[in-house]
Amino acid sequence: MENMVNVYLFGKKYQVPAGLTIMTAMEYAGYDLVRGCGCRNGFCGACATIYRIKDKQELHACLACQTEVQEGMYIATLPFFPLVKQVYNIEKIKPTEQIMMQLYPEIYCCIGCNACTKACTQELNVMQYIAYAQRGEYEKCAEESFDCVMCGVCSSRCPAGISHPQVAMLARRLNGKYIAPECGHLADRVNEVNEGKFTSLIEDLMQKPIEELKELYNNREIEK
Amino acid sequence: MIVTKLRIGDANTMMAEGGIQAADKPNDSPAIHYLDAFGGGHFAAKPELLRKLVTNAPEAIQWLNKLGVEFDKEPDGTMITTHGGGTSRKRMHAAKDYSGAEIMRTLRDEVLNRGIPVIDFTAAVEIILDENGRASGAVLMNMETKELLVARAKTVVIATGGAGRLHYQGFPTSNHYGATADGLVLGYRVGAKLLYADTLQYHPTGAAYPEQIFGALVTEKVRSLGAKLVNIDGDVFMHPLETRDVTAASIIRECSERGKGIETDQGTAVWLDTPMIEYKNGEGTIEKRIPAMMRMFGKYGIDIRKEPILVYPTLHYQNGGLDITDDGMTGVENLYAAGEVVGGIHGRNRLMGNSLLDVIVFGRNAGINAAAKAKETAIPTSLTLKHIDTFNEELETTDSASGKASPMLLPSYARRK
Repeated sequence: MENMVNVYLFGKKYQVPAGLTIMTAMEYAGYDLVRGCGCRNGFCGACATIYRIKDKQELHACLACQTEVQEGMYIATLPFFPLVKQVYNIEKIKPTEQIMMQLYPEIYCCIGCNACTKACTQELNVMQYIAYAQRGEYEKCAEESFDCVMCGVCSSRCPAGISHPQVAMLARRLNGKYIAPECGHLADRVNEVNEGKFTSLIEDLMQKPIEELKELYNNREIEK
Repeated sequence: MIVTKLRIGDANTMMAEGGIQAADKPNDSPAIHYLDAFGGGHFAAKPELLRKLVTNAPEAIQWLNKLGVEFDKEPDGTMITTHGGGTSRKRMHAAKDYSGAEIMRTLRDEVLNRGIPVIDFTAAVEIILDENGRASGAVLMNMETKELLVARAKTVVIATGGAGRLHYQGFPTSNHYGATADGLVLGYRVGAKLLYADTLQYHPTGAAYPEQIFGALVTEKVRSLGAKLVNIDGDVFMHPLETRDVTAASIIRECSERGKGIETDQGTAVWLDTPMIEYKNGEGTIEKRIPAMMRMFGKYGIDIRKEPILVYPTLHYQNGGLDITDDGMTGVENLYAAGEVVGGIHGRNRLMGNSLLDVIVFGRNAGINAAAKAKETAIPTSLTLKHIDTFNEELETTDSASGKASPMLLPSYARRK
């Protein structure tokens, strides 16, 4: 007999094999998942879940696809959380402090409770990246928030009603577009392509017989 | 209008860790990229599609960068690029090991900024034609209420992705929950042709241990940073920069006929020597360059900086798919396709970093051409599903009917007692 544990899916008790993830435990219990299941690899944030261990105080948040079941786990999935996303034109905004004030003024209502950080399923320092956003330090905000999967658990815990993942999304786009250094060789290459510099080179290859292409391929120089 | 089976952005793209190829360095060129991809695909790619892929690659990177995608760069703006299996130049651009997620979340944000209508949790289950046999919309199904809807459209783009969740030959998969080949079915039933539908890519390095992440992708970037595959004796058994299919085949050979694999609960596996990355490139490299991998294994008490990991091939990518011309159209008028659902861009095998590139280049291409075609197309009036009756009759007369409904839409993992 496998080693079984008791879990409570939305309060209802099921016995499932130890070692399963919360997601596979739900499937073992007989759930056909539609909501709350996405990449099943920890990248997409579809399976945000909150749980508490029986008779313990602390509330935990996790991704169901990445978290092993434990004895006495009370589980509720959070397949959707209403985040506020402001609409903007990335070409028209600039990476100034004012843009955050205009789009997400509620970040200045942060009371420093750090509930967002404690709730983060990716173990990010959420309150810290919000502090960077408040100060207009978008490069730091982008770096600190980079692993965010936008599951929204942080926002579910926020007394100030901040939509942290959307704030971070804006900071990353501002950083990627305006603050990070421009790439010279990329612009040069796009110009060369547009001038048709490679057109005939590629057409030559397209017309070569397969045997000749095999020869070229097998003897091509490989950068160290 | 975008219709999507789960949430917007839920796709294999989200999980592409390794990067995106583009020949934008001075020692590289789109022609060299062409030769790498053509050879890596066993000389079977459709030349005009591959030409488009490599030629439009630098502009695709530039477009993403201008939307705010955070590519890894040197302080002077030079792109940090690495090798992938089968590349002859370092042209793999990345955003740490969240490359696909970073691209997808940025594009999703832009879709919302532009107010493009998105109908989520709604699957396309049949393509509708008009009286002239042109694609004119789709039958949709609400995934939760099962309500059926009709979407009338001047042009249709199928972008339903791959098929890993069909678990061909019983293999595990690295794919997204929704990767069930919907587009192949939809396209085929309206008469679109398939190309290389038999060529599935087994990613050489799927996680083989622990059980919780069995089949999950271990990015090829781990190998491109210097980790080698070794057998139970600690010996290297293949050239480190082989293409994916050759690498997967050598791992299977090592574990089967050579008997040099390592036993696991799920079967056999080989070692991927991750600590080698830090020996070669210095301490901190793993945390900086492949944080998602460190996190994935760290959750199960495995510190990949100190311990090697166990890997085995996993069903990863559908090389084949709907046959298109270089304007993105299938053989059915007004029916376009883009992304993993398309076949022929890569030939019979795809190089790492060419699929993120493919979804951007051919996604834009299909969108632009479908929009232009829509402008010269009248709103379809007489919609029909007669082709489905014909298809079903053919199934009967050839004795091919299986009784199974398709597309499957989602795999069935619920345990039935």
